[in-house]
Amino acid sequence: MSSATGSAAGSTSEIATTVNGAAYRGSVANRTTLAAYLRDELGLKGTKVSCELQVCGVCSVLVDGRPVSSCTYLAADIDGRTVETVEGLATGERMHELQRAFVRNFALQCGFCTPGFLMMSKALLERNPDPTEDEIREYLDGNICRCTGYQPIIAAVLEAAAELRGVGVD
Amino acid sequence: MTEREHGVVGRSVQRRDLLEKVTGAAVYAVDVEPSGTLHAKVVRSSYAHAQLVRIDAEAALAMPGVVAVVTAEDIKDLFPRFGHIVADHYILATGKVRYYGEPVALVVAETLAAASDAAAQVEVHYSELPAVMSAADALAPSAPLVHDEAFVVSPDESFTAMAATPTADEVLERDNVAHEVTLGWGDVDAALASAHLVVSNEGMKFPMLYAYAMEPYNAVATYTDHQLDVISTAQHPFMVRTDLARIFDLPLSRVRVQVPYLGGGYGSKSYTKVEPLAAVGSWATGRPVKLVLDVEEAIYTTRADSAEVNVRTAFDADGTILARDIEMILDSGAYADNSPLVVAKAANRSFGPYRVPNLRVRGRSVYTNTSPASSYRGFGAPQGSFAGEINLDKAADLLGIDSAELRRRNLVGPGEEILPGKRGLDADLRADLELLVGSLRRDASNAQSSGIGYALTASDAGAFPVSTAHVRLQTDGSVVVLSGSTEMGQGSRSALAQIAAEELGVELIAVSVSQSDTATVAYERTTGASRTTTLTGLALQRACADARAKAADMAAEVFGWPVETIQPAPGGVLGPEEKFVGFGEVIMRWFGAAAGEITGVGLVRRDGATQKMPPFWECGIVGVEVSVEPDTGQVDVRQLVTVADVGFAINPHAVEGQDLGAATQGLGAALFEELVYEGPQLVNPNVVDYRVPRMRDVPAKIDTIIVERRDGIGPYGAKGAGEGALNPMTAAVAIAVGRATGKWPTRVPLTPERVWRLLNDLPDDS
Repeated sequence: MSSATGSAAGSTSEIATTVNGAAYRGSVANRTTLAAYLRDELGLKGTKVSCELQVCGVCSVLVDGRPVSSCTYLAADIDGRTVETVEGLATGERMHELQRAFVRNFALQCGFCTPGFLMMSKALLERNPDPTEDEIREYLDGNICRCTGYQPIIAAVLEAAAELRGVGVD
Repeated sequence: MTEREHGVVGRSVQRRDLLEKVTGAAVYAVDVEPSGTLHAKVVRSSYAHAQLVRIDAEAALAMPGVVAVVTAEDIKDLFPRFGHIVADHYILATGKVRYYGEPVALVVAETLAAASDAAAQVEVHYSELPAVMSAADALAPSAPLVHDEAFVVSPDESFTAMAATPTADEVLERDNVAHEVTLGWGDVDAALASAHLVVSNEGMKFPMLYAYAMEPYNAVATYTDHQLDVISTAQHPFMVRTDLARIFDLPLSRVRVQVPYLGGGYGSKSYTKVEPLAAVGSWATGRPVKLVLDVEEAIYTTRADSAEVNVRTAFDADGTILARDIEMILDSGAYADNSPLVVAKAANRSFGPYRVPNLRVRGRSVYTNTSPASSYRGFGAPQGSFAGEINLDKAADLLGIDSAELRRRNLVGPGEEILPGKRGLDADLRADLELLVGSLRRDASNAQSSGIGYALTASDAGAFPVSTAHVRLQTDGSVVVLSGSTEMGQGSRSALAQIAAEELGVELIAVSVSQSDTATVAYERTTGASRTTTLTGLALQRACADARAKAADMAAEVFGWPVETIQPAPGGVLGPEEKFVGFGEVIMRWFGAAAGEITGVGLVRRDGATQKMPPFWECGIVGVEVSVEPDTGQVDVRQLVTVADVGFAINPHAVEGQDLGAATQGLGAALFEELVYEGPQLVNPNVVDYRVPRMRDVPAKIDTIIVERRDGIGPYGAKGAGEGALNPMTAAVAIAVGRATGKWPTRVPLTPERVWRLLNDLPDDS
C-alpha cells in the first residue's frame, strides 16, 4: 500500500526535457514518477493515474514517441527526452483527429481513461496509419475502459485513421 | 411516434462534457488541491479481526514533514461513525478491527511521500480474535460476532419504502445478520407439493465484485471555523453532507460537498466513503487535507455483496409457474453500508418479471470479517437472476418447452403488478423478448460447441423520489440549469440540457448545467438507480413550466395584457395578436434595466406521477451466443444483444453507450471478475489479478436495440437506463455456457478452469 520506499530526502536528479514542445529544466526527487512530475510539478493534470501497476493504460504518455506508463516511469529518466501528453494533442484551437473522432463516436463516458487511450492510439497510428480492427484491439488491449464496452473506441480510431490518411469519413 | 415531434430531445446530440474530457481540461476530484494542502495516508489493519491494543505513533510523528497522526482516540468527542441506514461504520477502527485493510490511523504530512513513509512507521499492536471469513462461518452457531453492539436501522421512509420488511423488534438476539428480509404470498408449500414438476438449483454462487471505477476514491477537506468544505468523488453529495454534519455536529448549511467530474461510479461511489477521513484530518490540523486511495485501498473500501442462492420453482405441465421458493444469503462484509437495501432489492428482484402466484423469498445480509460491501450497479438483481434464470432454462428442458416460450407464458404483461400494490410493469417484455431472440437466432452459428443464452430481469428502480431542479432564465434568453445530480459519465449533464432546451424552446448551445454542489445547486437525493433522466428530468420540466408561468405573469404586468391571453412560445411568450416577446426582454422590462433573471423551481416527491413505488421498472433484456473450447474451457462471446426498453431515448447514442457499458461489466462478472479471500486477506486486491474485460474480449457481434413506447413517467415517456443490461448478463452467459456444454454452471465467473471442470464432471476448484 505504500507508494514509495527509501529515504524521502536527499537524492535528486537534474533534468532537461521537452514536454508538449516546451522546454523544462530543474531538479526532481529520484522517487518522483513521471505522472507525478507532469501533474504536480508542471500542472498537466490531463494525465490520470489508476492501477499504478502498468496494466490499465490510464497514465499512458509518449516519451520520444514511444508509449510508456507514466505511473511507473521515473521523472529522472526523461532527462534529454521529449514527452507528449493529452494536453499537447490539439494544435491551437484545432483538436486532433483522434479527439474529434472520440467525441463523435461517444467513445468515452466518464473520460478518466481517455487521455491514455488517445496517446496510445496516436502511437498506433504513427506506426500503422491503416490498422485493421484486430490490430486496434491488439494494440489497445492494455488500456482499460470501464464505461463504454470498447466498441465505440474501435470505431473512433478507425475513423480518425481514415481522416488522417485523407480518405475522409462518410 | 412522429420523427420531428421534438426539436432537441430524441437526438444523439454531441455531449459537451466529452469535449473537455478529450483535451485533458476536465477537472476530476483527484485534480483539485487547494493551496496549503496536506496529504494523508491511511494506516490499515493487518488482521481480519483483532482487538486494538495500542497504537504507537511517536516514530511516525518524528519523521520529516509529518504534521499529525489521527486515531480513534483523537476523534472520540465527535460522532465517530457514519452510515445512512445503520450508522455502524467507524471512521477509524475503535476498540477492534473488523477486516484486513480497515483504517486504523491517518497520517497527515506536508507531502504524500512523507505521509506514505510515516504510515509505514506507525506501530499498531493487536490481539487477534477469531474471525468469520464467510457467510456460512458467520451464521454458524456461536460464531464470533463482528459487531458486539446493536445499531438502530434508519426508520426513514426513504429507506423503508424500498425495503420489504424491516421489523422494529429485531436485534433481540445478537448474531451476525445485518439485515433480514422476507417477501411472499400464497401457499408455497401446497403449490410445491401438488406441482407437475419442481426444479431446484441449490448453492448458486455469485462472486464478490469490485466495480473498478478508474478514479479511486478521493477527497480534499477543509475544516475552518465551524465550516466544512469537501470536494470528493461522491455520487450522492447531499447524503454525504448529512453524514459529515452529524460527525461534526454542524448545520447542514455549514457543510459543503462539491463533486466535479467523476472518473466512473457505477454505484460504487454511492454514499459516504473517504470524506470523513479527509475531514477529520483537516479538523485535527486546521489545514486542507487531501486523501487519495490507491486501487488496493479502494477494494478495501467497497466491494459488491457476494451471494449464495437456492431457488425452487414449481410448474404446471404446460410450464405455468405455480410457486417460487428462494433463499439468498449475501456476504456483506464488516459494515452494513448499503447492504440492507441491497438485500431488500435482491429479494424484490429475485423471482424475475414473471407471474408467481405463490412466492416465498428470504434474504439475509450477513456481517463477515471481510471488506465491506455496498452498492454496485444494479445491486441485488444480478445475484438473484443468475440462479433464477438458469432455473427456468433447466425447467424448460425438463418440460420439453422452448426456453423463450416458457418465459413468454409466464412474463407479466404491461400494467400488471410484479409486487402487489406497487407500480405495474411499464414495459412490454414479451415484445422485447421477441426482438432479443430474433436477433440472436438470426446470426446463430449453431456450431457443436456453441450455445445461446438469454435472460430477463425487472428492477424496482429510480430509488426514493425526492428531486428538485432550478432553472434560471437570463437577460439574453440563455438558461442556467441547477441540479444536485452528479455527472459520472452517464451523460446526465447533456440530457438535462436537452430537456431544458426542449421545454423552453431555446438553442441547446444557450443552456448550461451546473451540478453536484450542496451549497449552490438544487437538492437531489441521489444519483443512482438510473433515476436522473426520469426524476431530475421531471423536476426540470416542472422548473421550466414554473419559469414560463412567471415569465407570463411578468409580461402581463409590464405590457398590461390579460394573463390568460398569453401563450407559451419557443424562447418566450406570445401576447395578444401573436406578439412575441423573448424571455430576455420580459426580464429586462420587468426589472427596468438590462439586469435580473427569472428562477423556475421544480419539485418531485411521492405524489401524482411519482406516488407509486417504484418510480419505474428498469428491465434487463440481454442475450449472448458463446462458444466453448472443449480442451481448455475458454469461453468466447460471439454475439451480444441488448434491448433497452427505455420508454423514450433523450439521447439514443448515449443510451446505447450505457447499455453496452453495462453489458460489458456484466460479461466481466460472468467470465472473469471475482475477489478471492484466502484466510484473512484478499489474494487479488489489484487489477492484475482481478481481471476486468479488455478490448480483445469485445464480442464480434454487438446489437444494442432501443425500444421506445413512451410508457415511462419521465419526460416524454422516458424511463431510466444504465443498469438494465448488466443485471441479467451473468445469467445469460451461464445459460449459454450450459447450452454449449450440456451442464448447468453453479457459480460464476466462468473461468476456463471452472468450465473445463464442468465439462469433465470434476468438482469445483474451491
